[in-house]
Amino acid sequence: MASETRRVLMDPLIHNNPIALQVLGICSALAVTTGMQTSVVMSAAVVAVIALSNLSVSLLRNMIPTNIRIIVQLTIIASLVIVTDQILKAYVYEISKQLSVFVGLIITNCIIMGRAEAFAMQNPPLKSLIDGIGNGMGYAAILLVVGAAREVFGAGTFWGIPVLPLASEGGWFTPNGLMSLSPGAFFVIGFLIWILRTFRPEQNEAE
Amino acid sequence: MLRGLLDRLGAPFEKGGPLHRLWPLWDAQDTFLYTPGKTTAGPSHGRDRLDMKRLMFTVVIALAGTVAMAFYNTGLQANLAIGRGATPLPGWRTAVIEALGIGFSPDSVLAAVIHGGLWYLPVLIVTFAVGGAWEMLFAIIRRHEVSEGFLVTGMLFPLILPPTVPLWQVALGISFGVVVGKEIFGGSGFNILNPALTARAFLFFAYPSDLTGDRIWIAADTAPDAVSGATWLARFSLTGNEAFAETFHPAGGPGITAWDAFIGFLPGSMGETSVLACLFGAVVLAATGIGSLRIMLAVAAGTLLMGGLLNLVGSDTNPFFAVPFWWHYLMGGWAFGTVFMATEPVTAPSTDGGRVVYGFLIGVLVVLIRVVNPAYPEGMMLSILLMNVFAPLIDHFALRSNVRRRAAAAALVPEGGG
Repeated sequence: MASETRRVLMDPLIHNNPIALQVLGICSALAVTTGMQTSVVMSAAVVAVIALSNLSVSLLRNMIPTNIRIIVQLTIIASLVIVTDQILKAYVYEISKQLSVFVGLIITNCIIMGRAEAFAMQNPPLKSLIDGIGNGMGYAAILLVVGAAREVFGAGTFWGIPVLPLASEGGWFTPNGLMSLSPGAFFVIGFLIWILRTFRPEQNEAE
Repeated sequence: MLRGLLDRLGAPFEKGGPLHRLWPLWDAQDTFLYTPGKTTAGPSHGRDRLDMKRLMFTVVIALAGTVAMAFYNTGLQANLAIGRGATPLPGWRTAVIEALGIGFSPDSVLAAVIHGGLWYLPVLIVTFAVGGAWEMLFAIIRRHEVSEGFLVTGMLFPLILPPTVPLWQVALGISFGVVVGKEIFGGSGFNILNPALTARAFLFFAYPSDLTGDRIWIAADTAPDAVSGATWLARFSLTGNEAFAETFHPAGGPGITAWDAFIGFLPGSMGETSVLACLFGAVVLAATGIGSLRIMLAVAAGTLLMGGLLNLVGSDTNPFFAVPFWWHYLMGGWAFGTVFMATEPVTAPSTDGGRVVYGFLIGVLVVLIRVVNPAYPEGMMLSILLMNVFAPLIDHFALRSNVRRRAAAAALVPEGGG
């Protein structure tokens, strides 16, 4: 893989993570990460939408009038989100119900809009597609870690399977109620950013 | 002799010594036993006898009454409940009391103090061991000295917990309080939130069944409903009129009098039940100038206004509205929070005007949360934490208004006159 392609794909994972460094897309990261299943489905949906929206916007980039580019981008993203929503409803109905409005709200996810505007408008289609996948994976990486932490510590299960024996059922583990609440996700994301910046001090804001 | 021993033991920790990395550990022990040997040498440096150590120690003295209550009242409530038909909780504490042959008589002060101590001391020890370990760890990693600030946090935290709180939750709570409430922001003096309250709020939301309800405030098994274990605040909140009518029961009975609530021999968090003990702390803190009297009075004024207002408004559906405003001073954690939590110098505003606004809003919010929000019978913790967050903003506006006032005054002085 060419080093440039590699950079476009891998940078958003750690070096320039959309959630941990740019602090975008926090709303859905708080809302859907109560468990692993919802996190995985949401991640997949966002990766699909961001990759395809980057590709489409890039293909059309020379035909979009500058004045109305935001509207055009939004139309593309909204169409993709509706398609994604329909697919989820068709194949994973239960989880789609749990995700409720948050699939529809992918339209407002700043990461998608941001990549379309900042990257796809200036770059060729293939590179934009890879950038979309990369940023989607960066978002997914955080979502999966947060979802795992919240499900294990908040409910004692992983992917719905009990891993820590609950005190109420004769085990030793008492679920941490804070983890099931949205502030719990805030704390987990905060700790992730802390860890990340301990090992990557260059991510710290200038004093 | 001790000095000589310390110096000899301390040599490896000095700069260049093999254990220099662990210097903060050593320094904490050394300066705990002796006044630091290093003093400021240069001129033009404000020297004050009130250093961090003395300040924190004064707070500990101010807490003496509430600590005494944690020993005596915790045991007394348990023994009273046992006297009325509750059974002692199974576990090592009961085994110790039986082994000592002290029994559970509510009339014996000694029995109450020992029973209370068996609940209070483990919480205190776990708090200091775990919280202290985090302090040391951060001191070593960040290469600063261990601050005495934790001494106060570690004293406050057990006093605002129910006696039956599981010890592992104490450890988890104080870890969260120290790390997220304080060290993330840079340690003592940089924290936005009161660390002890942060720790309690964490437990409150993470393990509500162990921090709220009517089973946790008395360290005895009240299951057969021989004794109601709810706090009076919760009873007011739940049953309103009925409990309130009981309140004025003259001869003890099931109700409480204002005097009972003032003295504080009631179920509740270990150190918060006695208004009298908090009043002693208030006198010590206000007299030494460590706790801001301005804040305390402002909280009282806010509670008076909001409580009085709700008394006037009244409500057909929420009987708590009718509870006279001065009962808010006597119930729950109002006195403890006002005296020891709201006045914490780091998290409160540092302007005089700001302190009045801050305290007043705490007083208003606590009544609102207690009375209007049915989910939380107690509102002191949440209202103080909320206002902690606003303290810098309040200070900002207090400074701005001062600047504007001074500018206006300066404009009145004729050209060249001032």
